[in-house]
Amino acid sequence: MRLAGRLGGAALSLVMVAVLGFFLFRVVPGDPVVSMTRGRPTTAAMQAELRAQFGLDRPLHEQFFSYVSSLLHGDLGTSFTFRRPVAEVIGERLGPTVLLVGTATLIAVGLGLWLGVRAAWRRDSAFDRATTGVSLTLWAVPTFWLGMLLMMVTGDLFPSRGMRDTDTAPDFVSQALDVAHHLVLPSITLVAVVCAEYVLIMRSSLLEEMHAPYLVTARAKGLRDDLVRRRHAVPNAVLPAITLVFLRFGLVVAGAITTETVFSWPGLGLLFYDALTGPDYFLLQGLLLVTAGAVVVMNLLADLLHGVLDPRVKAV
Amino acid sequence: MRVKLCALLATAATLGLATPPATAEGPDILKVAIVQQIDSMNPFLAVFQSSTEIGRLMYDYLTAYAADDQRVTEGLANRWEPSADKLTWTFTVPKGKAWSDGEPITAQDVAFTYNLMLTNEVARTANGSFVTNFSSVTATDNQTVVIKTKAPQVTMLALDIPIVPKHVWEKVGDIKDYANDQMPVVGSGPFVLTEHVPGQFIKLRVNNTYWRGAAKIDELHFVYFQNSDAAVQALGKGEVHLVNRMTPAQFDSLRDKADVARNKAQGRRFTELLINPGAQTNAGEPIGDGNPALKDVRVRRAIAQAIDLDALLQRVSLGYAEKGAGLVPPVFGKWHWQPSPSEERKFDPAAANAALDAAGFPRKADGTRFSLRLTGRAGRAYDEQASEFLKRQLGDIGIPLDVRLVSDNQLNEVTTAATYDLAFSGWATNIDPDFVLGLHTCAQRPGADGKGGTTDAYFCDKTYDELYARQLSEFDEGKRVEIVKQMQARFYDQVPSVVLAYDNALEAYRSDRFARFTTQPAQGGVIMAQNGMWGYYGAEPVVRATSATSWVGWGVLLVGFMAVVLTVMVRTNRRQATAEERE
Repeated sequence: MRLAGRLGGAALSLVMVAVLGFFLFRVVPGDPVVSMTRGRPTTAAMQAELRAQFGLDRPLHEQFFSYVSSLLHGDLGTSFTFRRPVAEVIGERLGPTVLLVGTATLIAVGLGLWLGVRAAWRRDSAFDRATTGVSLTLWAVPTFWLGMLLMMVTGDLFPSRGMRDTDTAPDFVSQALDVAHHLVLPSITLVAVVCAEYVLIMRSSLLEEMHAPYLVTARAKGLRDDLVRRRHAVPNAVLPAITLVFLRFGLVVAGAITTETVFSWPGLGLLFYDALTGPDYFLLQGLLLVTAGAVVVMNLLADLLHGVLDPRVKAV
Repeated sequence: MRVKLCALLATAATLGLATPPATAEGPDILKVAIVQQIDSMNPFLAVFQSSTEIGRLMYDYLTAYAADDQRVTEGLANRWEPSADKLTWTFTVPKGKAWSDGEPITAQDVAFTYNLMLTNEVARTANGSFVTNFSSVTATDNQTVVIKTKAPQVTMLALDIPIVPKHVWEKVGDIKDYANDQMPVVGSGPFVLTEHVPGQFIKLRVNNTYWRGAAKIDELHFVYFQNSDAAVQALGKGEVHLVNRMTPAQFDSLRDKADVARNKAQGRRFTELLINPGAQTNAGEPIGDGNPALKDVRVRRAIAQAIDLDALLQRVSLGYAEKGAGLVPPVFGKWHWQPSPSEERKFDPAAANAALDAAGFPRKADGTRFSLRLTGRAGRAYDEQASEFLKRQLGDIGIPLDVRLVSDNQLNEVTTAATYDLAFSGWATNIDPDFVLGLHTCAQRPGADGKGGTTDAYFCDKTYDELYARQLSEFDEGKRVEIVKQMQARFYDQVPSVVLAYDNALEAYRSDRFARFTTQPAQGGVIMAQNGMWGYYGAEPVVRATSATSWVGWGVLLVGFMAVVLTVMVRTNRRQATAEERE
């Protein structure tokens, strides 16, 4: 029953997103046809033809019903800008985004939780102060600036853009190495910026647990400090972090607009940015649906997993 | 723990050191940075400047513009002849030119392309305006194509339409869904499209069957950058070899950079300050909310006179522009108009003040006359700096400015709806001035629904329109040039906008890889964004050097970095564990 309720809630959220997306992007300033034809010899008749091609000449309610009908048939429409099906355009950008943001999130989660645990366990030590200070500083630094700085500081060691060179050998190993090479700077930028979240939440959560009676009991049993931390304190303290991690994984699909823009990484974040400059209505609607859908699904998973990890939640 | 550590180090080492062998000799590849997305490789649909520039490399047009002086020259056709009444044009497509797959290029291909546009509205998406005056196109034999027009059209040698191979495109079902990605794409230009990875890059290889002779480079790669700062960095590192559209600051940053040569060229663009002259629809109904004071041409002239264009050029454009005057930039030589000393509006705030007094706009008690909104684009350095400059200059004649910097879309919306008093705008112009002149005719204003217009200056002047119609049917070039100059003089005099500057095109390339490029025009011309393909076609490599990526440097760094991180983690773990155990 609880599962059915959660699933129903998730489905309702997606419907709301689909409806909202249609009207939300119609409010974005700009006329797609004017943007497309700006700077080119164009006649009023040509503009009218383009409007008719895209269905923009029809009343809003007709456009909406056409959109809903297409959506029910699994059709997200055709991008004005790229002249290709929206699903196809989004599909080819999904991989790069998941690779970049997924890799960075995994590293940030691992590193952040590890640093958070150690900072809390050795509270007020130099390590704690350094970790917290550096994390917060990096969090506060503008992503764009940090990315450009890393690009300059690393000189010729890492490429400035994209996910692969144009002249890399076509074999799998060379291509994979090339992608890894290109992944380094954007990943470091993203990790540096988001890591602080995990450090802080893990640190504060563990600090709350540190004086709990069960830890005294564990120590009294003769367990060494390392084991007390790993087996007793961390499993209880990690629950709030789990929620954050899942939320963050939901946002993996949304990409990282600024990082992708700095490094010209061909992901969904960059696509969002390009779509807004049209504005490319169908592409924006599709992107919102996919990215919001990912968040909804991940929230649902976090909800369900929380129950598995914490019996107290299950009991409620 | 040690096993894990070893495994991780081994992975890192593999990633870093399993490098592709660097080859001693490789193909000559020119890598070009582009900062605009590619919308489509279908030449009937592609409207972005980046896409049409690449399209020019794949497909020749019926005629071309020479590299040295931009005169009309041989394209696919080598001869052309208008009839006495100028309504029929006969073009000759000579034998001996071939598509990249070896098939001969004939008049049938030309007729097929134009007829496709005449019969299919989707095929008119990108270049439809060039065929609106056509009544029929016929290939009378394989070498002759006859175009009949509804009215005499002076721009018949400026048809910027890529000609596609009939034997390929006649099999295409729906133009709308055709991405033109059957690699290698059959074309007639100096390069052949071989790979397109959306959002990342485009690769072309030399077309060895090109009728002018094969280019000197083997491959041409266009690499996409989302921001021009990164493109400039990449040029410095040698990741790309050619960059354009640089800001003056970026251009200056490369001044002493080793192995980088800069090209400060005369550009095709001008920047203007729109002055809403009382916008109306094409039916004469008022539209927008421009300040009524600006309907008075004396006020518009006074505003223009209060702007010191020389100072603006030095302070905002940092000298990388030329002082604005007529609508056609100086790069187009004979079409460019400069006011004579008697026509020129010299910077004179005192005269501007007097003119405003005489026009019935005296200063109020607070020293102001009326205020105006100035709309510009946020994030564009020119608009941000020039708006502050104008604020001071117009303040001196009692016109305070309310500066509104908005997004690109919002700016388009504001200028399209005429909800501005003053606004920054600008256009890229072509060799034939018809397009930029036509923008300011009464017919280009929007319909009653506010849609369908292409102007943002809302100029509507009977004298200007008459001159426009005359130049369009004047086949004597000398006389046409004179009319075009009269139009620019009229525009300057009526001031629906002030042409502030002709922006320089700022480009740079790796001089250690490329000795020279063909610019258009030869003197002070551009390498990229030409009216043609000469820049890339004429690229001359310095040495045939390897272009394989060297992995060793970053591999070593990566291994070192990971080793340090892992060592720290392991040592921290062990120290803590053993310390507690000792206790």
